[in-house]
Amino acid sequence: MRLAHGRCLPGGTWGILLMTLVVAPLWMATSGCSTSTTLPASATDQPAGRAVDQDQADPVAMPLQGRVILTGSSTIAPLIVEIAKRFEAQHPQVRVEVQTGGSARGVSDVRQGTADFGMVSRHLKPIEGDLVAYEIARDGICLIVHADNPVPSLSREQVLAIYRDEVADWKDVGGSQAPVVTVHKAEGRGTLEVFLSHFELKNEDIHPDVIAGDNLQAIKSVAGNPYAVGYVSIGAAEAEARLGTAIRLLPAGEIAATSSNVAEGRFPMVRPLTLVARDSLSPLASAFLAFVRSGQHTDLIEAQYFVPVAP
Amino acid sequence: MLDQVSRSVPDRLMKIASTLAALLVLLVFLHLTTGLLMSGLERLSWSFIRLEPLHSGRQGGISFVLMATGAVLAICLLISVPVSFGCALWIQDRSRSQVSRGRKWLQRCLDLLAGLPSIVFGLFGMTLFCHQLRMGYSILAGGLTLACMILPLQVRLASDALERVPDEYLRGAAALGLSRVRTLWHIVLPTALPGLMAGLLLSLGRAASETAALLFTSGYVTRRPTSLLDSGRTLPVHIYDLAMNIPGGEASASASAVVLMACLLVINVAAMHLAGRWRQTVSGE
Amino acid sequence: MSLWLPDRWLTTGSRICVVIASGLAILMIGFILIEALPALRQSGLSRLVGDAAWLASAGRFGVTPLLAASLAVTAGALVIAVPLGVLSALFLEVYAPAMIATGYHRMLELLAGVPSVVTGLWGLSEVVPWINRMQPPGQSLLAGCMVLALMILPVIALTSAMAVRRVIYEQRATALALGMRRDTFLVRIVLPLARRGILSGVVLAFVRAIGETMAVVMVCGNTVQIPSSLFSPVRTLTANIALEMGEASGFHRSALFLTALLLMVVIAATLLMPEDQSASPGGRHA
Repeated sequence: MRLAHGRCLPGGTWGILLMTLVVAPLWMATSGCSTSTTLPASATDQPAGRAVDQDQADPVAMPLQGRVILTGSSTIAPLIVEIAKRFEAQHPQVRVEVQTGGSARGVSDVRQGTADFGMVSRHLKPIEGDLVAYEIARDGICLIVHADNPVPSLSREQVLAIYRDEVADWKDVGGSQAPVVTVHKAEGRGTLEVFLSHFELKNEDIHPDVIAGDNLQAIKSVAGNPYAVGYVSIGAAEAEARLGTAIRLLPAGEIAATSSNVAEGRFPMVRPLTLVARDSLSPLASAFLAFVRSGQHTDLIEAQYFVPVAP
Repeated sequence: MLDQVSRSVPDRLMKIASTLAALLVLLVFLHLTTGLLMSGLERLSWSFIRLEPLHSGRQGGISFVLMATGAVLAICLLISVPVSFGCALWIQDRSRSQVSRGRKWLQRCLDLLAGLPSIVFGLFGMTLFCHQLRMGYSILAGGLTLACMILPLQVRLASDALERVPDEYLRGAAALGLSRVRTLWHIVLPTALPGLMAGLLLSLGRAASETAALLFTSGYVTRRPTSLLDSGRTLPVHIYDLAMNIPGGEASASASAVVLMACLLVINVAAMHLAGRWRQTVSGE
Repeated sequence: MSLWLPDRWLTTGSRICVVIASGLAILMIGFILIEALPALRQSGLSRLVGDAAWLASAGRFGVTPLLAASLAVTAGALVIAVPLGVLSALFLEVYAPAMIATGYHRMLELLAGVPSVVTGLWGLSEVVPWINRMQPPGQSLLAGCMVLALMILPVIALTSAMAVRRVIYEQRATALALGMRRDTFLVRIVLPLARRGILSGVVLAFVRAIGETMAVVMVCGNTVQIPSSLFSPVRTLTANIALEMGEASGFHRSALFLTALLLMVVIAATLLMPEDQSASPGGRHA
């Protein structure tokens, strides 16, 4: 391809295509595109989680430095952000970075070393057994219906029947004549797994009408539909109901769906909110973990409508 | 002729149909925005813009989020506008008198990209900019990813705008012996400017409303951004978090959305005004 | 080929821009291919096509209902938005007085800047209950079409307006000389000649609609089924990716990327058709 006089790059369509077809794959091959990654260099050029402290014996009083990175569930993220603000106030040279992306992301990031902690809002699966889970709060899960729905509660058999499509009308469970609209959660969510395991259902047996992603979407779906029934985090539902959203929390049998019942361990459907990490933690990360679990943050935990656990 | 009074029935029908369509769109828009205003009114105030997010965003304001948003959008436009304009120039360059398939293929490949879900762009940006290029979660990575996202849109819009420059102008310029740069500056740009501006504003709107891609690249952090390599959430990400993740955050979400749209309005009006002024000075219209 | 230095810079510059853009396209396609490779290797493609429905926990990865939903929602949105958009463009360029036209133009630009989560929320709290009164559950194909139509309308309206404006500017003298009526002029001359510009806008709208994630997750119901009516809840390909990507790993995650690849193939197939048909012999209109 002779370059014409005055040209400094091969022109024309084919020239351009040739250049890109050569450059792009070369680059991809040399940098090895994949999702397994190396640790991104931090802005302060400090490797994450390593503390520069002079005295090993008392890490909390030391001027801790560095970055703590947490990724994972967006349910836990707001809580950690608030706790992290307190930690940063005590240790001005520490930066705590919280990112979301889902519990599975948290697990994989911890495994690959790109995060110090993963935020996981469910129990760890058996294949994730190489990681350690530290429970920092609890969250109950209850069924909700629209505020205008007269049904006072649903028994276990009734819930099973509704979700298995055996009951299609509210009058069969003590309500007025209206079709039942079931709101379910998307796969992989902690709420879904607690629901399925509590009611001993398999996801393939359920044929829902609506599938929601987040808790608030499920709440809004139920609030907008007088015939809907769904299940969400008790904390979120309580908060929204208090603000006037048109939902009502159903009790589980005799036990009312309140945060206090969850705190006292009486409510059956509960999921743990955990931070997972590998076996060995850096001093900074350990300090942060100890801070989070110190029991001083019950106000923050309750402000996010979760339930604190004993330290 | 276009301003004449409707005298015939078909003309009157068309006028009514068009006006009704426009009215419908306007009504829906008003319904949307008044809903936002009413829901967010309690949180809207000047301190909302000045203060930082507190209590997960339910109190305080959006100041740091606005800073991060401005930075991300600035990087995005700084990169995507020249690149898209260059591509549009190339695509239009020799395709005036014959159907140039090769160049249209670039357009089509980019259109293809535009149809990908934004979450895929987010993961792509995360892998390329955050991990491979070692930027980490940062405003820079977010801006670059956003530039990638709106590039197809901008190329097509800019290309359309350039295509609408009449052939006679270019032939006249060639006859006068004007160089390409001078033709571009004095003839093509002023003529195509309304279209280019409209395209720019449309893609700015698209960029300013993008959520999923930025969640994975510029991140979730609400701290004050001190450098381009800092992580910082943008306004749409903030709105998404408040609306879908934080119980009781809807008022703040609505207020943030109102601020976002107000900023866009200001930018749009200013941009159109400046473009008009520039056009007048350059082409002497 | 001009030898003047700034001209050469301009040419080189634009070529570099093209290299960047096409490099980006190749990188993106490469990225998706690499992520989808594990699924492809494990006969993922046959499962995607062969399985009846998508239920990852049961090991089923059939995309047919998802693809049908994506196409249906996009087609429905276009059916609503194209006529409204073209009529809005005519309103903007022909029937509206100057000040109202400017205001309407600003409104359309603002509408284009509304975040998809906001439109989705509006759909969830206003459109869905309204549809629910007609036929539960409210979250449905129809809701998705309406919300998407709102999102793509600005693009169609603004690009059509620009195309129409140029054609009117070029042809009005001729039409005046012939003593044409306004509606004849618009229907027989302007719209056909502006066809390519309008089509360009429709293409942009199509890709936007088929790739939209957030809003459809909120209003479409997300149940995996082939839509049997306008009122049945559906899950689009993009909603599927958005809902499950956060919690997926291994084959599941790879399969999600494979669906993104499939989406690209579908878009490519759809885009190839109208572009070839509308290429007029002169290379541009008139």
